[in-house]
Amino acid sequence: MQKRQLIFLVIAIFFLNFLFADSLMFKVIDNPNDDGTGVLIKWHQSGISGKIILNRKESLKSYEKIATLDPTKSNYLDKKGINPGTEYTYLIEFHNIKGQMIEKVELVVTPTGQWFNTDKKALLLFTLIIVFSIIYYIYSARSGKDLYIRKISGLDSMDEAVGRATEMGKPILYIPGTADIDDMQTIAGLTILGNLAQKAAEYDAEIIVPVNRSMVLSTAREIVKEAFIKAGRPDAYKPDSVFYLTDDQFGFVAGVDGIIVREKPAANFYLGTFYAESLILAETGFSSGAIQVAGTAMPSQLPFFVAACDYTLIGEELFAASAYLSKDPHQLGSLKGQDVGKALFVTLLFIGVIFEMFQISFLKDFLTNQ
Amino acid sequence: MERIGIWIGVFFTFCIFSFLYKDNPFYKVAEQVFVGLSAGYWFMYTVFSILKPNLYVPLTTDFRANWILIIPAILGFMMLVRLIPKIDWLSRFPISLMIGTTAGVSLIRFLQSDVINQLSATMINPFKGSGIIEIFGNFLLIIGTFTGVIYFYFSKKHEGVFGGIAKIGVIFLMISFGSAFGYTTMARISLLIGRLQFLLGDWLHIIAQ
Repeated sequence: MQKRQLIFLVIAIFFLNFLFADSLMFKVIDNPNDDGTGVLIKWHQSGISGKIILNRKESLKSYEKIATLDPTKSNYLDKKGINPGTEYTYLIEFHNIKGQMIEKVELVVTPTGQWFNTDKKALLLFTLIIVFSIIYYIYSARSGKDLYIRKISGLDSMDEAVGRATEMGKPILYIPGTADIDDMQTIAGLTILGNLAQKAAEYDAEIIVPVNRSMVLSTAREIVKEAFIKAGRPDAYKPDSVFYLTDDQFGFVAGVDGIIVREKPAANFYLGTFYAESLILAETGFSSGAIQVAGTAMPSQLPFFVAACDYTLIGEELFAASAYLSKDPHQLGSLKGQDVGKALFVTLLFIGVIFEMFQISFLKDFLTNQ
Repeated sequence: MERIGIWIGVFFTFCIFSFLYKDNPFYKVAEQVFVGLSAGYWFMYTVFSILKPNLYVPLTTDFRANWILIIPAILGFMMLVRLIPKIDWLSRFPISLMIGTTAGVSLIRFLQSDVINQLSATMINPFKGSGIIEIFGNFLLIIGTFTGVIYFYFSKKHEGVFGGIAKIGVIFLMISFGSAFGYTTMARISLLIGRLQFLLGDWLHIIAQ
């Protein structure tokens, strides 16, 4: 009796397997790691030719055709007018090459938005490592630990430039880039402006800061004013030393060029984001005989500054400059924390290349899946 | 009217070109007109293309759906109180908000694009390539990235082996700057060509427009 049952079971499994051999076995799921505006339709790759017709309806409404799919693929992401929290019913029809419908399935799904995107694990890991390193080094610097930063030659010239301006009785021109305050380079440029303005106040040198954005104007004025107060010379601060020219890129350049040829500043500083105006400014400054220090993280403009200026801060040196000049524990800690990130980058790169040579790709996959 | 426009354009083009000789009254006129006109233009642009469609129109047409816009409006107004010395400290709030938000958003954006994407794109098998040129390129990519990052490491003095690696990084940087210089110079020459086409075509009709 048991033997018969076993034979029956084997035969039943065989026929069931045969019955579903051509089945595409559809699955309709909420698309993971999104804001609830996607539904993922999955099926087994069959290798059979034909077509899949995808219909969709929302609660009591009637079905509407969404797409015609290729059964040799394995999934389709529906993002057409999907609203989070709404229940959708999918009617999936599989038609063979002759156009006959051989399978039909109705599936229900309610897409929802996810709080966390699990594809961004590497980004989270990197952010945490860098943030904790920065916090650690800030506390180290505040507790009096000496944090070493290598020499950045362009910045050592700052004292020289301010001294020269004082001796010659001519102003220092400072341009914090031509981008708005929502650009990191502008913020870096403005932070350096604070250090330079303080030095200028100490030496009793005049500083002029033309800007081309209203937000930068307000911020630069605050920074210069504070620098003069820090230097113990609030009376020497002139609000008109920081002034607005125009938002227009080349209008601003024309204005600054005019200032350079007429005022003949002893030192010109271009630190921030620059575009096509970089060479025009730097060349005019060079022809006026001023000592010039530039710094930007714009790769396309760096060559012009390297060619026409006495000192150039390349890329990240611009962001390190402020910490280097001020020796402020917060900025030093931040710079050290970023260095931890760079050390991690180089180590992972080295390990990753070795792994790739031996066709081990889990590390690259972990980083690529972002 | 078009003719007058062309003549004004030609006049100001020559005024600007005269700066090649030295600073002169013609350049000064062109510069002041340019700066003044562009400042006025951008003011009107801000009012009619930014404030009006993004603040005034949504608030006046459907206040209930757009009341949240009052917050940036207040922050913008706080910037204007700089004109009143007694309460000018209020303007520090929108500035702080702007700088803090920029720093936070940029950190994540650059970590993704400049760190993780760059890292995964450089993790390649250098020996995998269709020919010697591609393999050479793979090595250049890996060595250039590696030494470039070493150059920007600030916590160690550039001396010994570390200094040597950083020096290789600088060589890579300078080569890339050289090629970028040449590429951009070509683009700038096209701007000069555009001006010459205006003078010789639109104005003098010597060449076809």
